[in-house]
This record gives sequence, structure tokens and C-alpha cells, in this order.
Amino acid sequence: MNIVLARLLAPILVLGVLAAPAAARAEVYGAETFTLDNGMQVVVVSNHRVPVVTHMVWYRVGAADEPPGHTGMAHLLEHLMFKGTEEVAPGEFSRRVAEIGGRDNAFTSHDFTAYYQTVAKQHLDMVMRMEADRMTNLLFEDEHVRTERQVVLEERRQRTDNNPSALLGERANAVMFHNHPYRTPVIGWAGEVATLERDTLMAFYRRHYAPDNAILVVSGDVTTDEVRALAEEHYGPIPARQVAARARPVEPEPVVERRVVLRHPQVQQPSWSRRYLAPTYTTGASEHAHALEVLSEVIGGGTTSQLYRRLVVEEELAAGAGAGYSPEQLDYGTFYVWASPRPGVDMEALEAAVTDELEAIRRNGVDAAEVERAKTRLRANVIYARDSTSRGAFALGRALTTGSTVEDVETWPESIAAVTPEDVDAAARAVLAEHRAVTALLLPRPQDVAADDQEALR
Amino acid sequence: MIALTAVLRRCRRALPAVALPAVALVVLLLPARADAIEVQRVVSDAGIEAWLVEDRSLPILALEAIFRDAGAVTDPEGKAGRAYMVGGLLNEGAGDMDALTFQRRLEDLAVHMGFDAGRDSFQVSLKTLTENRDEAFRLLRLALTEPRFDAQPVERVRSQIQAGLARDLQDPRTIAWRAWFETQFPDHPYGTPVKGTPESVAALTADDLRAFVTERLARGNLILGVVGDIDAAALKALLDETFGALPTRPAPLDIAEAGPAAPAAVTVREFPVPQSTVVFGHRGLSRDDPDFYAAMVVNYVLGGGGFTSRLMEEVREKRGLAYGIGTSLRPLDHAPLMLGSVATRNDRVGETIDILRQEWARMREQGPTPEELTAATTYLVGSFPLELTSTSAIAGMLTAIQRHGLGIDYIDRRASYIEAVTADDARRVAERLLRPEHLAAVVVGEPSGLSPAAN
Repeated sequence: MNIVLARLLAPILVLGVLAAPAAARAEVYGAETFTLDNGMQVVVVSNHRVPVVTHMVWYRVGAADEPPGHTGMAHLLEHLMFKGTEEVAPGEFSRRVAEIGGRDNAFTSHDFTAYYQTVAKQHLDMVMRMEADRMTNLLFEDEHVRTERQVVLEERRQRTDNNPSALLGERANAVMFHNHPYRTPVIGWAGEVATLERDTLMAFYRRHYAPDNAILVVSGDVTTDEVRALAEEHYGPIPARQVAARARPVEPEPVVERRVVLRHPQVQQPSWSRRYLAPTYTTGASEHAHALEVLSEVIGGGTTSQLYRRLVVEEELAAGAGAGYSPEQLDYGTFYVWASPRPGVDMEALEAAVTDELEAIRRNGVDAAEVERAKTRLRANVIYARDSTSRGAFALGRALTTGSTVEDVETWPESIAAVTPEDVDAAARAVLAEHRAVTALLLPRPQDVAADDQEALR
Repeated sequence: MIALTAVLRRCRRALPAVALPAVALVVLLLPARADAIEVQRVVSDAGIEAWLVEDRSLPILALEAIFRDAGAVTDPEGKAGRAYMVGGLLNEGAGDMDALTFQRRLEDLAVHMGFDAGRDSFQVSLKTLTENRDEAFRLLRLALTEPRFDAQPVERVRSQIQAGLARDLQDPRTIAWRAWFETQFPDHPYGTPVKGTPESVAALTADDLRAFVTERLARGNLILGVVGDIDAAALKALLDETFGALPTRPAPLDIAEAGPAAPAAVTVREFPVPQSTVVFGHRGLSRDDPDFYAAMVVNYVLGGGGFTSRLMEEVREKRGLAYGIGTSLRPLDHAPLMLGSVATRNDRVGETIDILRQEWARMREQGPTPEELTAATTYLVGSFPLELTSTSAIAGMLTAIQRHGLGIDYIDRRASYIEAVTADDARRVAERLLRPEHLAAVVVGEPSGLSPAAN
């Protein structure tokens, strides 16, 4: 069913996502970059297949930059960015984009908030004018905040409260981080979202929305010179605000093993997962980052991966199993392993097999030939990334708002090529330790037990 | 959008359609530059047809294929989920390769090969680097003509489908969609889930799966779209090598036409969640109905237009009742439908459904305003190139056009079909299409505030 539900919210930690190459290189995207006088970085990714452009503005602000007690603020503000300016009435932004046959939306993560429009190339000027306008001239009233809070709370129910797997993920994440704001859900805790007010939202907007805190990414049928001229016209006149660099609370070194269990009457298919605190491309033991991408591919990247083969194919304990890694976070990354039992297999047996395999990987390392296969696959997939007309824009925006550079994106295939089996083993030893991890179990709860609990509460 | 249309028309004049015996060229929309996209009709020596868009910008190739009349609707009585299970197994061993060998071969060559069963059709997707093209097509031939269905992968995929069915039972959206089809098609295969039921999946045998391959995957019901780094001559040869061994025709099939059966009602499936999911709909128009383009316009204005639709305005923007609400036309082969969904907290379900009915009735009575008609037309025309985001997406569009018999010049003519919709057409078709008295809804949750009349 093609139902557009939008102002979407990016998944919190890209958990469970296959270890897709988060970025690719210059020869892939051919990205060019320059900076306006007011500090706004501009990136252009040309792709001339169809006369269409994607115009994106990424702000270096996300849920991890919210003041305490105001969770959900970055995301609610993203919704309110569609409520207009002096020039553009509430709701008019999307209407004007639709009227020229374009599409628009926005998304928020812990580290960034991004707005984009995909339009026929001759309308780039028009969407850039409107996007520049709302960078500084946003207007919204109390009534907009009240209505949009309700929309976001419905969004939260739809994504999280109605979905035990998402609910467990949210709470596992809150246990993962002791001190760093990655512990809060991007969409916010319901009780705090309900109390967000216009004035604090507006102050947050004024503090973070400025050209020197933003990155313009344009991809599609356009040249760097064309983008430069339009960007100077529309974004150039907006004064910089000397937005301070982000300084966030620091997470202490992990020392305790943690385990969270959700027994939920809705659950019919249990699952097991473990997320390890991990470095990113730019933070922590970042020398392990590319090796962790390869590790994730070797042990959990597909149907011939080590976990899948052992748990699903050979021992016939799991219906599925895999791994994932999110190196593109500003502060901390997560390495993720999951498995779900076949019908009739109990969770203890599955957990024993998974942890046994993880321990074997940590102790004995991985097969050198499998490392080579994984590297080949990762690099081959780069060419498919280039096939998509918008993927480069997403990859570059994400990289630049999480501490990486265009150069990092462009040298990604070389970085992967340089990973040795020893690097992968060292990364596994550094990260796959239980005291760095939260283990999460999603289990069914028999209805009669739930009813007894209700009874006990009365 | 107007400027874009002008570009397209300029293209058309500059590069007129050329008809050749086996290779027909039609210029598509698009760039007023040297790399204008052309659709070629390629027919192999054995008579297998594919539509091709040559694109040499990257050393890759995408193929999308559809076998018509090979979806879940063809699952025999008691064997629901057969087509879906075949979809999970065709790349799990073929020819002399067992599952692991086959999967490794795909991975090592970075060949993406996937199969999926829909309600009506069985879909095939292939994407490969040029350097591995011949091997990719050989693997595809083996998958389609010599699948092994070895016991171990069959049991593994069976367990994965069963786990998926269990997971579906914890998702209110899936429950609601399934319940809608179940209540509306009680005596038709559309009433049964594409994935089957736990009982039917448990009972499927390797022979059942083989029977599907033999009976349903044939040249006579095959539709092909290819985009990327290949020319017509090379493709012709590959078509014969890859698909030449398929049977000429699929087995005869008799699927009854069907319409939503149950009377308009609100059916509640109690489910312990804070937010109710509502799926609603009634009969729509078939894809070849002359009023289909007017129906597209009406649907866009009412609920298909994302942030700009009337339903989104009333339900989300004005009242904050939901994160989203949307409708779409879904012309299934044997039952054209118009469907939609919304999710709102339990105590606002009654209010939301009331608004839905009011807007349905208002559109039926008055049709779109002139401004809405213009906005819908410009969007539906102008947004079309936005779909063409990758070689696979373009290939998929080529198969969809063939499937609905829209003609090789469809991309060129599509705008004129939509622009021809007048205000009178839109009003007339709104009245024909929208029947509030037939609107049937399924609510999954613990709703309150449903008006007695609605029940």
C-alpha cells in the first residue's frame, strides 16, 4: 500500500540494518564541495540520468543536542518547520512543492535534522528560496505546537508503543548509555513531548538553525557552477551565528553486563539481540571502524555469513540471524547481533548457541578467506550505490553531520580494501566483550499471566 | 512541471518514434540532451519479448520480470502460501549447486537476485555488474528452470515463513490489512494471506512447489523489462538462453472475478494496543477503465496526495488525530479496489472514522475544486520522472506498463491522459467511485467512541 506517512524519523541507531556501505567514494559519487562566506558547506553530486534534482539541507543538530527534560524537541521542531514563514503560509511549503510535481520531507536522528525536496531540475531555484527562507524566518503559534504534539504522539504510538520490538529497542538503548543523550529516543519520551512549548522550541531553532551549522547537499542533474550561483543567491545573504561546536556529555567506559527482557502479550515471535558499544569512524578506537564493517559482513551479512550458517543452516535453531554496525554516529557507535528462534526452539538453547559462536569469533578470529569475500562484496556494492539518484546525497549529508569529511566518504573503498584478517580479529577482540553490551530478549507473555498482574494492581 | 512537460515535448519532436521489425524505439520523457532515454522492444529469435532501456552510464544491468497469473491467487485450495514459498526458495539451490553453493556464487559475483509473490503475479529481480552478466543470467535460468527444492532449505524457509507469520500476528497494521481482505473476500483466494496460514505452510511439500514452477512459470505469461549496460543484440541472445527453456504456456487457470463481499460495516478486532489501526475501502476501478485517470485525480485530492490531501488536512493538520492517513487505488486483476489506512489513539477512532465518511461523501457530492484539479494534474504529471531513481526502478516501470497493456509509448502519452481529465470528469467519476455507504472498515485495537450507526 503506498501510503505516504511522512516527516519521518530516522531509525535511532540503524540497528538490525544490514551492513550496507554507509558511504562510497569520489569516483562513485564524484562529489564536489565548497563553502559559502557565511560558513555554509555545499556539496554537489551530479547524476544526469533524469532531469531531476534532490535538494537537501542538513543541520548539525539532533535529539542528542536537546536540553534535559525536553526530549523529542529536535524532531517536533522538524515538524513545525512546515508551519510557515511570512512568505509561506502553514502547510504551504509542501503544497507548493507538490504543485510542481515534487516531493518533500524531513527526518531527524540523534545527530542531524535534514529537509529535502526532489523536483524537476528547473525548480531548484524555487525550493532553495523556500528552504533558505525557513532557515531564519520560521513562524509558528501555540496552536500549531499543540496540534503537532498530538501528531508526534500518534507517530510515537504507531512506531513504538504499538510495536513490542521497537519498544524493547528503545529501552535497550536507554540502558546502553549511562550518561550520553543517545540514551533518549529521538521521538522523545511521551510525557516530555506532551509538555514541549513554543518558546523553548523557538529558542532551540534560533540557537541551531544557521548557515554555519548547516550543509547544503544537491544531487542530480545539476552542475557545481549552477549550485554555486543559486546557493550564493539564496543562502549567501543569511548571516552566520557563530554556532558553538557540539559538546555533549561523555559516556564512561562500560564495565557492567546488562540484560533487558520484555515479556509482552503481543509477542508471537521471540527474538534475541545484543548491542555492543563500539567506536565510530571518528571517535573512540576509530582504527577499528572499517574492520568492524568487514566483521559485520563476515559474521552476519547474509545467508552465507558465519552466524546464519551456524545457527540457521547447520544447527537449525534460528529462523534468522545477522549482524550490523553503525559507524556513522557523531559520538558512539553500536555493533549489533541478532537471532530469532525457529518455531519450537527455546530461547536458552538459541542464546547458548549464539553466545558460543560470538565467543569463538572473539577468541579464534574469523576465516581469512571470508574476510576477502566480504571485502569484495562491500566494494562491489559501491557501484550499485552510484546507480541511485539520491543515495549519494544521503550518504554525504550523513557523513558530514557525524564528523566525517567528503574525503573520508571518497576513500571508503580503499579503507575497506586495506582491512586485513588480523585487523578484523583485533576489532572483534576489542568490541565483542559482554561488559560493553546490552542483551535484549523479546519474549511472549501468556495472556493469563498478564491478567493476573492486572488483578494484582487493583 | 509545465516547463518539464515542455522539455518532454521538445524531446519527442527531436527524436520521433521509430518502428523497426523487432526493435521499436520510443523516446521517453527526459533530458533535452544527448542521453535521452529510449525504450526498445526487443524480440528474440524464439519470440521472447523484452523492453529495454540502454543506459551505458554505469557498468551494471537490471532486469525485472513478472509472471502474470502466478501470484498467491493461484494457490490451490489448502495450499495457501505456495507461490510465496517458491519465492523464498528459487535462489536456494538449482542445477548442480546446492543452496550454499548457489548463494555463495551470487554473493561472490555481487549478483542481486530476488523472487517474490504478490497477490496476482510472481516477480523476479536481477541486478548485476556487466562483467558478471552472462553468469548472472545463467544462474537466473537455473533458478527458474532447475530449482532443486532440497529438503534442508525447504524446511529452513518453511520455518522462516512460519516465524514471519508469527511476527505478523504482533503487528496491528498487518492484522488489519489481513482482516480487511479476509472479511471482504471470504470465498476467494484474495481472502487468504499471500504468505499462507500456519496450517497451509506446514503442509506444503516440495512436489507442490515443483508443480507451481512447472505450471505457472512460462514464456506465455512472462513480462520483461531490462535497463542498463547492454544492447538489443546481446539481450536477444540472453533472452533465448535464459527463458527459452520455459514452457510455452502456463497451465490453464480459472480465477473468479470478485468484489468486496461484506456489507459496509466497522469490524473490530480487539487487540491490546494504545493506538487503533483502521483499514478501510471498497470497490475501485480496473486499470483499463476509461475513467481510471479521473479516478487517479480524485484519489489524489481525497487521500492519495500525501501532505496535501483533504484527509491529511482534516485528520492530521487540523486535528492532530494521526501521523498519517492515505488512500490508494489498487486495481487487482480480479477485483479493483480503493483502499486506505489510518492509525489513531483508541479514544479518537470514532471521530476519525466520522471525518473519513464525511470527506468521502463531500468528495462524492462536489468533486474536486478547480484549484485541486489543477494541483492534482500538475503533481501527477510532474512527479512521474521522480520514480525513475535507479536502473531497477526504470525496469520495474517497464514491466508495469506492459502488464497493464498501456503501450510502449505510454510514458510519452501519460501526461496527456491526465491532463485530459476535466472538472466534469472528476465530478462524475467521484460520484461513480466513492460510495460512503459501501465503505467497509476494520479496526484493530481497543477503540472507543464508535457511533452506533457506524457499526
